[in-house]
Amino acid sequence: MLRPDDFDYLAKLLKERSGLVITPDKAYLLESRLTPVARQRNLKSIEEVVAKMRGRDESLARDVTEAMTTNESFFFRDTKPFDQFRDTVLPQVMASRAAKKSIRIWSAACSSGQEAYSLAMLLKENAARLAGWHVEIIGTDISVEMLEKAKAGLYSQFEVQRGLPIQFLVKYFKKKDESWQIDSSLRGMVQFREWNLLHELRGLGSFDIVFCRNVLIYFDQPTKSRVLENISRQMPPDGFLFLGGAETVLGISDRFKPVPNQRGIYCLSAGAAPAAATAPVGAGR
Amino acid sequence: MKSCLIVDDSKVIRMVAKKILHELGFNTEEAEDGQVAYDLCKKNLPDAVLLDWNMPVMSGIDFLRELRKLPGGDGPVVVFCTTENDIEHIQEAILAGANEYIMKPFDSEILQAKFTQVGLL
Ligand SMILES: C[S@@+](CC[C@H](N)C(=O)[O-])C[C@H]1O[C@@H](n2cnc3c(N)ncnc32)[C@H](O)[C@@H]1O
Repeated sequence: MLRPDDFDYLAKLLKERSGLVITPDKAYLLESRLTPVARQRNLKSIEEVVAKMRGRDESLARDVTEAMTTNESFFFRDTKPFDQFRDTVLPQVMASRAAKKSIRIWSAACSSGQEAYSLAMLLKENAARLAGWHVEIIGTDISVEMLEKAKAGLYSQFEVQRGLPIQFLVKYFKKKDESWQIDSSLRGMVQFREWNLLHELRGLGSFDIVFCRNVLIYFDQPTKSRVLENISRQMPPDGFLFLGGAETVLGISDRFKPVPNQRGIYCLSAGAAPAAATAPVGAGR
Repeated sequence: MKSCLIVDDSKVIRMVAKKILHELGFNTEEAEDGQVAYDLCKKNLPDAVLLDWNMPVMSGIDFLRELRKLPGGDGPVVVFCTTENDIEHIQEAILAGANEYIMKPFDSEILQAKFTQVGLL
């Protein structure tokens, strides 16, 4: 069993570093996820891990933070948002960017890249419509390990079975030993970068379409609203935000409002000017 | 209730699939090879077919080609289920009219995900 002061130490550190809220009833998660970290570093227990962290071991703190994040993701997760993206949001954004012919899309908290690549595949499928357009997809995450995987674009049998239509597998993936690798043309469409959502986001630039799904659920209310507020500043007044199935802005941030008849999609409220008025959340990267 | 025909020469696999499909709310029928499956389909077309690749008498792919020729035979959603996972195999299955594929071994989560994806759940 974890000592209460060790639990408190870990909970505080995780909240500060990634926003993750760990309540005492989830203490078992610390045990199950940190035991491998301890083993990897030849430490005998989680107590020893914490002791070492108290001595300001930055790389250990990083590993602990990464080990505690939930990285589960799959291609075309929940299906519907991707239909909405293709059928409603993309045409609308294209209409308003007709002069500029340029669109930036952000997969915030992209984990191992499935969301970003799902979008890339949809764009490829609509290449004719997008001829002459410059479309950028940026995937960001706090986990270096996940980003490495995303960049490699290598997925297991299990992962390509979850949500990826068979036609897309055949078209866009190649078998590589026991894994499947996404085509280099698609890998070239997505840029992956390490970025903490709690930190200043300005360096990322402005995004017309933001997917920020299944990450806010791990944060407490004040953190959620801070992150949403910061995201809103990286969007033009006519941008779109996609949240996960269990997430909403309602009661959390008044900078966004739901798009009528489009579940899970939000646009900026009239009052939410994209100006950098308030101080940033974190102390920079 | 939707119906699913399980076509596999392995009794164990049929049992596993049957249990999962019942939990997902399907009525199931079983066939141990393509010929038996074809005869069943001639009488009554299911909503879905979970189809093994390698079977004696009539292979999965031969069954699928024949199924698609039946009146209304383009109706059933066919999910191919195979240990063969190279692109050529999968492509051949698509050409023959498969809607989706699952690589063995499968579990309830994968079956559920695939059946949702093809709109049956
Ligand atoms: C469950 S995954 C969601 C992946 C994908 N968006 C989806 O919906 O399938 C959550 C991801 O959020 C990342 N994450 C957690 N806290 C973060 C933070 N403060 N900044 C950036 N990414 C974070 C984790 O590393 C993890 O990869």
